[in-house]
Amino acid sequence: MLETLTTFLFGRLSLESFPYHEPIVVATFFAVLLGGIALVAALSYFKLWGYLWTEWFTTVDHKRIGIMYMILGLIMLLRGFADAIMMRAQQAIAFNGSEGYLNSHHFDQVFTAHGVIMIFFVAMPFVTGLMNYVVPLQIGARDVSFPFLNNFSFWMTVGGAVLIMASLFIGEFARTGWLAYPPLSGLEASPDVGVDYYIWALQVAGVGTTLSGINLICTIVKMRAPGMTMMKMPVFTWTSLCTNVLIVASFPILTAVLVLLSLDRYVGTHFFTNDMGGNPMMYVNLIWIWGHPEVYILILPCFGIFSEVTSTFTGKKLFGYTSMVYATVVITILSYLVWLHHFFTMGSGASVNSFFGITTMIISIPTGAKIFNWLFTMYRGRIRFELPMMWTIAFMLTFVLGGMTGVLLAVPPADFVLHNSLFLIAHFHNVIIGGVLFGLFAGIYYWWPKAFGFRLDPFWGKMSFWFWVIGFYFAFMPLYVLGLMGVTRRLRVFEDPSLQIWFQIAAFGAVLIALGIGSFLIQIAVSILKRRQLVDVSGDPWEGRTLEWATSSPPPGYNFAFTPVIHDNDAWWDMKKRGYARPLEGFRPIHMPSNTGAGIILAGISTTLGFALIWHIWWLAAVSFIGLLVVAIGHTFNYNRDFHIPVDEVVRTENERTRLLSGQV
Amino acid sequence: MSRYRAIALLPVMAALSGCNLVVLNPAGDVASQQGDLVVISTLLMLLIIVPVMALTVLFAWRYRQSNNTARYEPDWDHSTQLELVIWAAPLLIIICLGAITWVTTHKLDPYRPLDRIASDKPVPAGAKPLDVQVVALDWKWLFVYPEYGIASVNEMAAPVDRQIRFSLTASTVMNSFYVPALAGMIYTMPGMETKLHAVINEPGTYKGFSSNYSGAGFSHMRFNFLGLSNQDFDGWVSKVKSSGGSLDRNAYLALEKPSEAVPVQHFGTVDPKLFNAVVNMCVRPGTMCMSDMAAIDRAGGLNAGGKAAADAILRANTLAGFPDTQATGLCTVAEAVEAAANSGAVQRPTVTPISASASPAGPQRLANP
Amino acid sequence: MTTTVEAMHGSHAGHDTPRGATPPVFYVRDEHAHEAASTALGFWIYLMSDCLIFAVLFATYGVLGTSYAAGPTPKELFDLKLVALNTSMLLFSSITYGFAMLAMEKGRTAQTQGWLVITLLFGLAFLGIELFEFAHLIHEGAGPWRSAFLSAFFTLVGTHGLHVTFGSVWLVTLMVQVARRGLIPANRRRLMCLSMFWHFLDVIWIGVFTFVYLMGALR
Repeated sequence: MLETLTTFLFGRLSLESFPYHEPIVVATFFAVLLGGIALVAALSYFKLWGYLWTEWFTTVDHKRIGIMYMILGLIMLLRGFADAIMMRAQQAIAFNGSEGYLNSHHFDQVFTAHGVIMIFFVAMPFVTGLMNYVVPLQIGARDVSFPFLNNFSFWMTVGGAVLIMASLFIGEFARTGWLAYPPLSGLEASPDVGVDYYIWALQVAGVGTTLSGINLICTIVKMRAPGMTMMKMPVFTWTSLCTNVLIVASFPILTAVLVLLSLDRYVGTHFFTNDMGGNPMMYVNLIWIWGHPEVYILILPCFGIFSEVTSTFTGKKLFGYTSMVYATVVITILSYLVWLHHFFTMGSGASVNSFFGITTMIISIPTGAKIFNWLFTMYRGRIRFELPMMWTIAFMLTFVLGGMTGVLLAVPPADFVLHNSLFLIAHFHNVIIGGVLFGLFAGIYYWWPKAFGFRLDPFWGKMSFWFWVIGFYFAFMPLYVLGLMGVTRRLRVFEDPSLQIWFQIAAFGAVLIALGIGSFLIQIAVSILKRRQLVDVSGDPWEGRTLEWATSSPPPGYNFAFTPVIHDNDAWWDMKKRGYARPLEGFRPIHMPSNTGAGIILAGISTTLGFALIWHIWWLAAVSFIGLLVVAIGHTFNYNRDFHIPVDEVVRTENERTRLLSGQV
Repeated sequence: MSRYRAIALLPVMAALSGCNLVVLNPAGDVASQQGDLVVISTLLMLLIIVPVMALTVLFAWRYRQSNNTARYEPDWDHSTQLELVIWAAPLLIIICLGAITWVTTHKLDPYRPLDRIASDKPVPAGAKPLDVQVVALDWKWLFVYPEYGIASVNEMAAPVDRQIRFSLTASTVMNSFYVPALAGMIYTMPGMETKLHAVINEPGTYKGFSSNYSGAGFSHMRFNFLGLSNQDFDGWVSKVKSSGGSLDRNAYLALEKPSEAVPVQHFGTVDPKLFNAVVNMCVRPGTMCMSDMAAIDRAGGLNAGGKAAADAILRANTLAGFPDTQATGLCTVAEAVEAAANSGAVQRPTVTPISASASPAGPQRLANP
Repeated sequence: MTTTVEAMHGSHAGHDTPRGATPPVFYVRDEHAHEAASTALGFWIYLMSDCLIFAVLFATYGVLGTSYAAGPTPKELFDLKLVALNTSMLLFSSITYGFAMLAMEKGRTAQTQGWLVITLLFGLAFLGIELFEFAHLIHEGAGPWRSAFLSAFFTLVGTHGLHVTFGSVWLVTLMVQVARRGLIPANRRRLMCLSMFWHFLDVIWIGVFTFVYLMGALR
C-alpha cells in the first residue's frame, strides 16, 4: 500500500536516486549548494530580486536576452570543462592495470554529458546570444520580430540546462555517448533515467532553439533598416540568417527523432529496437541529418564574426563580399547532403560512400574561399592586433588544420582506419575549438565594449589567449598521434603503456586551457573593477564599420532614436565618411514591447513536465501539462503587450549621449 | 608507397620515434593501402594548406599597423582574377581528391573480395578464403571458424597471406570490429550482417578491439589477433579443436550474457547454424527468425501470400534437414500459419522472447504443434 | 496606429556629396519597434518546420511501413470506407474554415463564429472517428507495439491527430476571444494563423490518406 503510494507520488524517484554515497558528487553538490546559498543571500541582501525579475528575467529586450544567453553559456562551459578535465585525468592515469579514479558508470556519464553540454548548452547559447545581441543592432532595428518569443526561447534553453544539471544530483545522466544511438539508448540496454534526462533536456531546449531560429529569420527578413538590401547586409547578419535557416530546417528533425526514441522507451513501439521490424540504423541516419547541419549552425556565425573582425581591424572593406555571401549560402545547402560521412563504416556500399565523401569535400571549396577572402582582406591593410584580431589569426592557422583532417576523414577508406579514433576527436575539437570557440572569443572581445561601455582588460585577455591557444595544441595534437596509433575514443582504461605519455601531454594541455578559462574570468572581474579606465564613451571604440557602432555603448533600450538609412554594406563607415551628423532634435516617443513573465513561467512548467516524465511521476506530468496549456492560453488573452517610451525620456537619453560625446572631444 | 610514408613522417619522425603509428604502418595489405591513402590525401591537401598558413603569417606580419612602409588600400575589396583563383585552387585539389576517393572507395570496399594479397602478389587462382564469423557480444568477441568447426572468444588467428572473409554481427548493441594492423573497421550490428575482406602479411600478435562505444565493459572488449604461418595456424586450429568445449545454442546463450574482461576461451565444436541464428536473432528456442519474418512480410503478411511463404520456408527447412527445427523457430512459423488458417481475423503470433514468455501461446504450445 | 516615417537628411552635407546634389539621407523618424507583418512570415516558417517533423514521420513510415513482423498488414487492417468518411470530415472543415475567413473579411462577427463552430464540429468528428479506428485496431491486437509498421502508422496518424486536437483547442480559444473583443486586427491575425494551420493539417492528411491508406490497401 505504502509502496503503491510512494510510486504514485514519486514515480521512479527514491532515496536511492540521490548519489549520496558518491564522494565526488556529494562534494560538488555541497560546493554548488554553498555557492547557491551565498548568491541567494547576496541577492536578497542587496535587494536585487525585484530588479532582476523586472529588468532581466522578464525582459523582452534582445540585448539583455543576448547577455543572459552568454551568461548561461559561460556557466555551462565551466560544467562541460569540468567533465573534460575529469576525462583527461582518468585517461592519463588508467594504465598498467590501474582502473583510474572513475568507474565505467561515472566515466560513461562524464563523456556523454561533456558532449551534450558543450554542443547544446555552451556553443549554442553563445552563438544564439551573440546573434540576439548583434543582429538587430546591425540591421538598424529596435528589437526582434517576436520579443516575447525571444524571452520564452531563452528560458526554454535554461530549462534544458537545468534538467541536465539536475541529473548530476538526482539520478544519473545517459551513458550512451552524446548522440545516444539505439539499441544502446533503448529500454533494454539503458533502462535507467539517464537517457530520459537526455531526451527531455534536449526536447525542452530544442523548442527554444527552433523558436529563436524562426524569430531571427523574421527579424532579418522583415526588420532591416531602409536601404539595406540583402546584398548590403553585414556578413555577420548573413551568416546569422543562414544559421537560423539551418536551425529551423534541422531542429525539427531532432525533435521528431527524439520523439520516436521516447515512444520506444515509454510506449513500447519498435522504431529503433532490434526486433519486431525496428531499425536502429534509421536513428543514426536521422540524427545525423540534424547533426551535420548542427555543426554549421555553430560555425557559420563564427565565420561572420571573423569577417567583421578582420575587416574592422585591418581598416579595410571585406575582400570579396559577394563571394563570401555565396560561399555561406552554398555551405548552408551542402550541409544537408553529407550526413552519411559520420558512418561510412556502416557498410553502405562504395557508391553511396563515395557520393557522401565527395559532397563533403565539396564543402571545403566555399570554406577555402572564405579563408582566402579573410587573407586578402588582410592584404594591404593596416592590421591592429587587438584581442579579436589575435583570435582571428589563431583561428586561421588552427582551423585550416582541422579542415584538412576533416577532408581526410571524408575519404571513406581513410575513414575506415580513423573513424571513432582519437584522430576524429582531435579533428572535431580542432574545428570546434579552433573555429567556433576562437570565433566566440573574438566576438565577445569585439562586442563587449558595445554591450557594457568599457573594454576588457588586454593583459588578462592576452594571458587567456595564449593559455587557450597553446593549451589547445597541447591537448589535441597528441590525440592526432594517438589516433594514428589506432587508439579509439571513449576508452576508460588502457593496456599499452607506451600510450600514456601522449595522454599526459593532453592532460597538461587541458590544464593550460583551465588556466585560459581562469584568466578569462579574472579578466572580466578585473575589467569590471577597472571599468573607468577602460571606458569607451564614443560607442565606436574599434573604428567600426557596421551599424551597431552608430549608437551608444551600451545602446539605449530602443537602440536607435531614429531609424538609420543604409547606402553601403559598411553602413556606419559610409556614414562617417560622408559627413553624417548625429540628429540632436526632433525626437518622438518610441513604441516598444512590454516585459512579461509568461516566458519564464511557461519554461518553468515545461521543465517540471520534463522532470515528471523522466521520473514517471505521472500526476505531476498531467498537472504541469494542463498548467502549460492554461498559462499559454491565458497569455493569449493579454492584448496589452506594448507601450511608448515617452519623448522626454528619449530626449534625456540622447542629450546624455551628446554630453558624453562632446566631453570626449 | 613507402616513400610517401617516409616523406610524411620526416618532420615528425623525431617526436614520434619509438611510438607505433600502426595506422600508417600496418601489417596487412588492406590497412596498408588505407594508410597510404591517408598520407597521399594529406600531402595533396598540404599543397594548399601550407601556402595559406604561410600567407596568413606573412600578411599578418607585413601589414601590421606599425609597418608604415607597407601599402594600405582601404577600399580595395574586389579582384575578379583573384576570386577565380581562390575558388579554382581548392576546386582543383578537390577534383583530384574526389577522383582518388571514387576509385579507392570502390577498390577498398570492405564487401569486395580482394584481388591481391600484397602489392606484388595477386590472389592465387582457386585459393579459398578463410571464413571467419564474428559476433560482438556484451562485452567480448566471438570468432567462429565454420571451415574448421571451431570457435574462440577474445582471440583470433589467421594464416599469413591468405584472404580472410569476415561475416560480422552483434548480439545486443552496435560495436565496431577493428584490427588496425589488418584492415579498416566495420560496424557490427544486431540483426544485421556486415562483411569485411582482409589479409595479414606479416606474422605477429596484433591488437583488435571494438571501436564503437557499447556500454560498461567497452574498454575491456579487446582481443589478440594472431597472424600465424600456415604451420602455426594449423597448430592453433588443432589446439582449439582439442580444447574440447562445445558451442551449441545453450552454451552460446550462457556466453551471451554480459560480462567484462573475459579471458580467452576455445570451443572444439560449434553448431554450424549458430551464426545464422545469431544474425537472425533466433538462437533462443521459440523465437521466429528474422529472415522468416521478412519472407512472410514480403509475401504480404500471413493472411495473404504469406501463408504460402511460411509453408515454403517450413518445407525448405525440413528438406535441408534442419537438425533442430524447434530452436530455429520454425514451429513458430508453423503455429503462425496454423493460427492464420484457423481464423480470418487478425492474429498476434508470438514471435519475440519477451512476448513469448508473457503469453501462454508462446513456446509451451510450440513443443506440441 | 498610423506609421509616421519621415526622411531626414544629414544636417551637414558630406564632402563626398557633389555640389548641388541632395545630401544623402541617413535616418528616418520612425516610432515603431516592430511590425505585425512579421507574424505571417513567422507562422509560415513555423509551419515549414512542423512540416519537417511530418517529413521525418513519413520517411519513417516509408522505411518501416512493410515491416509487419509477421503481423497484420495494411490490407487487413484499414477500413477504407471509414477513412474516406474521416477524410471528408477534415476536408469539409477546411471549407467551412474558408467560409469563416470570408465572413471575417466582411467583418461579420456572428457569421464568422457560426462557421467556426461548424469547423470545430467537423474537426471533433474527425478526431472521434480516428479514436474509434485506433481503439478498434488496439482491440484487435494491432497496437503500436505489435510491429514497426504499426509503430510508424500510429505515430504518423496520431501526430496528425494531436495537431488537430491542438487546433481545436486553439479554435475554441479564438472563438472566446472574438466573442469578447470582436474582429480586432489582433484577432484577425490570429484567425489567419489558425487558418493556415488548419489548411496545413488538411494537406498533411491528404498525404497520409494517399501514402498510408490508399497505397497500403493497394499493397
